[in-house]
Amino acid sequence: MLDLDLWKEILSALKQNRMRSFMTAFGVFWGIFMLIIMSGAGRALENGVLEGVKAFATNSAFFWTERTSIPYEGFQRGRRWIYDNQDIEYIRQNVKEIEYLSPRLFGWQQGGDNTVRGERTGSFNIFGDYPDYFKIDGWTPVKGRLMNEIDVRQKRKVCVIGERVEEMMFAKDEDPIGQYLKISGVYFQVVGVIHPETRINIGGGKKEETIIIPFSTMQTAYNYGDEIHFFSVTADKGTSVSELEEKLKRILKERHKIAPDDMQAIGSFNIEAEFKKFSMLFFGIQALTWIVGIGTLMAGVIGVSNIMLVIIKERTQEIGIQRAIGATPGKIMLHIIAESVFLTVMAGYVGLSLGVGLLEVLNQILLRAGDEMFFRNPEVNLTMALSALAVLVFSGAFAGFIPARRAIKIKPIDALRDEG
Amino acid sequence: MITLNNIHKSYVMGSSKLHVLKGIDLDIEQGEFVSIMGSSGSGKSTLLNILGMLDNYDDGSYHLDNRLIADMSEKKAAQLRNEMVGFVFQSFNLISFKNAMENVALPLYYKGVNRKKRNTMAMEYLEKLGLAPWANHMPNEMSGGQKQRVAIARALISQPKIILADEPTGALDTTTSYEVMEILKEINGAGITVIIVTHEHDIAAMTQKVVRLKDGRIDEIIRNGELKAFRHTYTKELETA
Repeated sequence: MLDLDLWKEILSALKQNRMRSFMTAFGVFWGIFMLIIMSGAGRALENGVLEGVKAFATNSAFFWTERTSIPYEGFQRGRRWIYDNQDIEYIRQNVKEIEYLSPRLFGWQQGGDNTVRGERTGSFNIFGDYPDYFKIDGWTPVKGRLMNEIDVRQKRKVCVIGERVEEMMFAKDEDPIGQYLKISGVYFQVVGVIHPETRINIGGGKKEETIIIPFSTMQTAYNYGDEIHFFSVTADKGTSVSELEEKLKRILKERHKIAPDDMQAIGSFNIEAEFKKFSMLFFGIQALTWIVGIGTLMAGVIGVSNIMLVIIKERTQEIGIQRAIGATPGKIMLHIIAESVFLTVMAGYVGLSLGVGLLEVLNQILLRAGDEMFFRNPEVNLTMALSALAVLVFSGAFAGFIPARRAIKIKPIDALRDEG
Repeated sequence: MITLNNIHKSYVMGSSKLHVLKGIDLDIEQGEFVSIMGSSGSGKSTLLNILGMLDNYDDGSYHLDNRLIADMSEKKAAQLRNEMVGFVFQSFNLISFKNAMENVALPLYYKGVNRKKRNTMAMEYLEKLGLAPWANHMPNEMSGGQKQRVAIARALISQPKIILADEPTGALDTTTSYEVMEILKEINGAGITVIIVTHEHDIAAMTQKVVRLKDGRIDEIIRNGELKAFRHTYTKELETA
């Protein structure tokens, strides 16, 4: 059926009107090109953002304290309160669904440099953490090691520093491991240089400008007593972190004599909810891409359909001849639809290739730009390409269908009489 | 072979109805060489189209090869045309972007014959009509007579029982016209029924039977024996004209 003659006819028909065929094909080309580019860009944004958070525990939640907003059990509203060390034990005993629990102290100093080494000074974000924190927000040691349990237990004066800290506090050829930094008046030995694996930033400041010291050391060395500023927790497998968040807030309120309906006293957020927002956003972007892309494509397809109608009109006589010498309506129809599909698919294929090519060029440029971009791996996956192709074939057939119907409606006798 | 019984056909032109054929009764035997004559508007082309299953009739009956031709689907009609009828047109109706051989081979394509075989057959027919050297030429590179011969080859290739020719010489000069008629005569000699529509008396005079139409009815049928007389009248008509 779809043999050489058919292709010859299709090609000669298209060749007879190069300009028109080209303009028509351009509509389809543009539609699929835009679809690919937009989808690739959307995907790149998604990849970029997900890349930035993939090492972050998605089942984590974070808690801090705010002033109370409701008077309760003799306390007035507006009371300042803070977590303490007993909270850790209390939570461990009362909430079993927790995987990791890591308290944190924020040691930021308002203004001025807080870190000194010889003639070098710098202002960095100081955190007191448990080693479990690294399991929630991933960091990798570039030099030396991460902090460990023994550091905390023995209240060692050690620190791990971000790459920017190393850059500012040490000469280029210097090995920071084993060296000392004076942080807010206390000397700490550098045991590791660490690189953040995620872009999620808790506590503000640049992640590369972070110094992390053992939680216990920080409490003791800087007179924090048994204060805790911040909790990070992750939920056990099978537990929703949103539920865990609610449960923890409930028992912490109970323990600290805060009204159960005080919505302001405990600040918190969980990554699961943030991730859901993100996925909705990306779904939205992809959906929009398809809507706009298909819309553009439809405009192209209507163009093809229109041009096919003109072609049919021009070839009325030819169709009449073919039918007089024995072409069945089915054959004529097949011919026209094949021609339309051919035009659409060819144009679409070019659009697809150029789109993918452009994305690849973009990708190379982005790769050179490093990992600072929230835009990564613009890609079109196979499913996408295949579905685009399916859409093309389908729309090509659709574009050919109406003209084909019209062509076979013309009686052969009228077609022959048409001497135009 | 062909039996027409009280065939009526009218066309609707906007609000008015044009009654073109007003009851045609006609028998054509296998192997006859018939011409249909008549002034324009007498319904001769309509009749030919009905004979060629290109058009339907409103009333009456049409038997082709003892088969009633009525209410056929387009597909069935196309297949039957392919099998039974070869068409030759006044304007040749060759397909412009196909060369002579491909044009001749086209009916076989619709029959589903493979490419190699149909091209060999097309060459055979072109050779019979003396067009072998022109096989690879496009229609616009050929003269009218050559084009008509290609068209005849195309009509013959599916080995039809009937050749229907609508003004086959209408676009040709006299010499070429006579050549084409000679070819049609030869075809007829091979046992194929040939029916032509013409308004030229000299062309009609070369056939064995002339059917004269007038206002949608058969005015007279002039048979073999009477053709001499027809020629005579025709010459007289020419002289008076």
